[in-house]
Amino acid sequence: MQRIRLRYTKRGRLRFTSHRDFQRAFERALRRAAVPMAYSAGFTPHPRVSYANAAPTGTASEAEYLEIALSERRDPAALMADLDTSLPDGLDIVAAVEARTPDFAEQLGASLWELRLDGVAPADARAAVAAFLAAEAVEVQRETKKGLRTFDARGAVVSMDVGSDGPDPHPCAILRLVVRHLTPAVRPDDVLSGLRATADLAPPVPAAVTRLAQGPLDEETGTVTDPFAPDRDAALAGPSTAAGAQAAAAPGTAGQ
Amino acid sequence: MPVESVFPRLEALLPHVQKPIQYVGGELNSTVKDWDSCDVRWALMYPDAYEVGLPNQGVMILYEVLNERDGFLAERTYSVWPDLEDLMRKHEVPQFTVDAHRPVGAFDLLGVSFSTELGYTNLLTALDLSGVPLAAADRTEDHPVVVAGGHAAFNPEPIAEFIDCAVIGDGEQAVLDISDIVRAWKAEGRPDGRTGLLLRLARTGGVYVPGFYDVEYLPDGRIGRVVPNRPGVPWRVSKHTVMDLDEWPYPKQPLVPLAETVHERMSVEIFRGCTRGCRFCQAGMITRPVRERSITGIGEMVDKGLAATGFEEVGLLSLSSADHSEIADIAGGLADRYTEDKIGLSLPSTRVDAFNIDLANELTRNGRRSGLTFAPEGGSERIRKVINKMVSEEDLIRTVATAYGNGWRQVKLYFMCGLPTETDEDVLQIADMAVKVIAKGREVTGANDIRCTVSIGGFVPKPHTPFQWAPQLSAAETDARLAKLRDRIRGDKRYGRSIGFRYHDGKPGVVEGLLSRGDRRVGSVIRAVYEAGGRFDGWREYFSYDLWTAAAEAALPAYGVDVAWYTTRERSYEEVLPWDHLDSGLDKEWLWEDWQDALDETEVEDCRWTPCFDCGVCPQLNTEIQIGPTGKKLLPLTVK
Repeated sequence: MQRIRLRYTKRGRLRFTSHRDFQRAFERALRRAAVPMAYSAGFTPHPRVSYANAAPTGTASEAEYLEIALSERRDPAALMADLDTSLPDGLDIVAAVEARTPDFAEQLGASLWELRLDGVAPADARAAVAAFLAAEAVEVQRETKKGLRTFDARGAVVSMDVGSDGPDPHPCAILRLVVRHLTPAVRPDDVLSGLRATADLAPPVPAAVTRLAQGPLDEETGTVTDPFAPDRDAALAGPSTAAGAQAAAAPGTAGQ
Repeated sequence: MPVESVFPRLEALLPHVQKPIQYVGGELNSTVKDWDSCDVRWALMYPDAYEVGLPNQGVMILYEVLNERDGFLAERTYSVWPDLEDLMRKHEVPQFTVDAHRPVGAFDLLGVSFSTELGYTNLLTALDLSGVPLAAADRTEDHPVVVAGGHAAFNPEPIAEFIDCAVIGDGEQAVLDISDIVRAWKAEGRPDGRTGLLLRLARTGGVYVPGFYDVEYLPDGRIGRVVPNRPGVPWRVSKHTVMDLDEWPYPKQPLVPLAETVHERMSVEIFRGCTRGCRFCQAGMITRPVRERSITGIGEMVDKGLAATGFEEVGLLSLSSADHSEIADIAGGLADRYTEDKIGLSLPSTRVDAFNIDLANELTRNGRRSGLTFAPEGGSERIRKVINKMVSEEDLIRTVATAYGNGWRQVKLYFMCGLPTETDEDVLQIADMAVKVIAKGREVTGANDIRCTVSIGGFVPKPHTPFQWAPQLSAAETDARLAKLRDRIRGDKRYGRSIGFRYHDGKPGVVEGLLSRGDRRVGSVIRAVYEAGGRFDGWREYFSYDLWTAAAEAALPAYGVDVAWYTTRERSYEEVLPWDHLDSGLDKEWLWEDWQDALDETEVEDCRWTPCFDCGVCPQLNTEIQIGPTGKKLLPLTVK
């Protein structure tokens, strides 16, 4: 049985796709593309797909990941192209690699997020970010299925900086933040709640949030690295059956 | 002139609403055509939530038929939930299409498909959000022409004030014909404005323009007559019928939504029309004659549709699917073909007989046998004769025994309450039937875990059926009868716990009855309910009986009528019915005779298998029923 890991996007208006919606769309795309899926055992067999760490509904992403199990071998690059054609524009498959390492979900240790705050002056955002980062802990609240939860939003944030886009009179601050995947998960909107709590930063319109990358955190540089790198390294080191593994592209460059 | 997308403005609202995905479009197989290179532009609406509207076959078919033609463009729009409606009003975002997010007000035509009357308030919401005046009389050349279609359009009188026209029957050819007329009128520089266009449409004889008819009333409130008020406008408007379904293999590229919807399957309509002659069934009456799609045509649609969608289930749709002349070969052939692909097959709407258990077994060859649904509709032999549902109790018990014997564990039985001439005793016999079903199931299987669910709804008399003259049972009487049935079932010590009982209270049926058999005067009630906030009347959590009652009590006395006058009143032979000038092809004399036969408990056979009984449809359309067998078989597809 061959396992293939895929990186996909949620772009533009399809960022409003919920994870459940995506699962249905993806499983239909598997049928349309006639992918030879391995099925689970049991009374109602399901195609074997493992989803990792989905971005919240309404959040765009350039770096979502999943793994599928096939009953016949396929070239990852060809499979990626077939599946991408079978999915609606905006849900795009942008990289593929044959799995050669275990526990993929654990590779995804952190995310790089971009938050566009329309109508927020970059200087105001910088002040707020400085206050947030200076704090030891920033308590925020979020409504969850189990009720209102209170937790720290500061600890998970590895870094956060502020850029800008567009001159006055249309200010737009752009935050880039690296967030460690902890439990409970700290999401971009939790960080925004934290900025409101520490510095009264209140964007006039909802932030446009995009996950730019997801993968192992390099503790020295504080950057998010490519989660497919170990699979590619293993393929280069291992036997030559790794056909097509090279097809996987580095995050941020593929399929753009 | 290019039309701007409202999406940037809508997008800012979406993070604040439930299930935003339903408003963004981008479905697989959806189409966005260039606005300026098209000269006839339709917005097609299903006036309910996206999750209900998207799978609607009618809208899907017309969307594809129109978009396939050069110069015609069709986009879809659905009702927005109140959370988004509030935000749209606050931020002045108009009703939009989900395809290119163009404002509905910019289209030439707004086609609205009414499967049920309970979408009328949603029509008014959409018009208002579009910036289109609610009353057709107040619209100008700049507003879309509002066209009603679907089964409820066979009596469009309650919404006559709000629509420009209605089309009854099959829409495939009709939308193209209407588009041609609109194109010519625009090309000629819109002679005589909006009225000029509507006159051209009305004079075809196949488009009903309510504004070109005056309704005269008698002193007692009944209709005196309905008279055309323009030269060349016909006294009666005829329905549209496409005779050869194989010429219309739509949808070819069914829409695949990202959002979850009520039917997630590849649906193929295997025939249209029904001649079973169930007297309560409006669909069976207004869609005659029977026209089958050929076995090979079905096979091809299923194959192409699955490839285009990736759906994992195929639904073979019709009003009584097991009646297709080659259903056994169709079901068996498809089951053979898709065994490997784990494709499920479903056959909604099947009649009660042993043959169908064989079919059901075939369809579930590889899967689970959970539940089977049958619709005896009436609890007693007598009432089944009244409604012409020719199923004897022995048939039913024999069928159920076969089902349980083949491994099915749960049987669901569907009934109606409030049928003409019905007494408490007719309904209480439903409990006896359910008990016999359980007893038989236990006997056949030797097991005690047999279940039978009784599901029962209130009967609403519909236009163009033999029961169009019948009195509807009031909500209070319906509720009382259902309560007695519930007590009878719950009171059964030996079997009661194996019988599930599901029912709806009688109130929504009264409103449906008012709207079904209403006339133009009911329009003021609909408007008042809409203005008081009435929305989504088909949804229990939104439907408000009090709102409807208050609006009716305020609006109807001025005309000397009330809700009971429209619902529980029996009509006489001479009465001019509000929909008499809409010609469904059925001979009114025949409908009346069938109504009298119903009262005499006389049954009528199905003309598919027995000689014609002169319902009037075939001679009027100058045709005959179109059925097989063709004798062809489904060939297995080559392995990919």
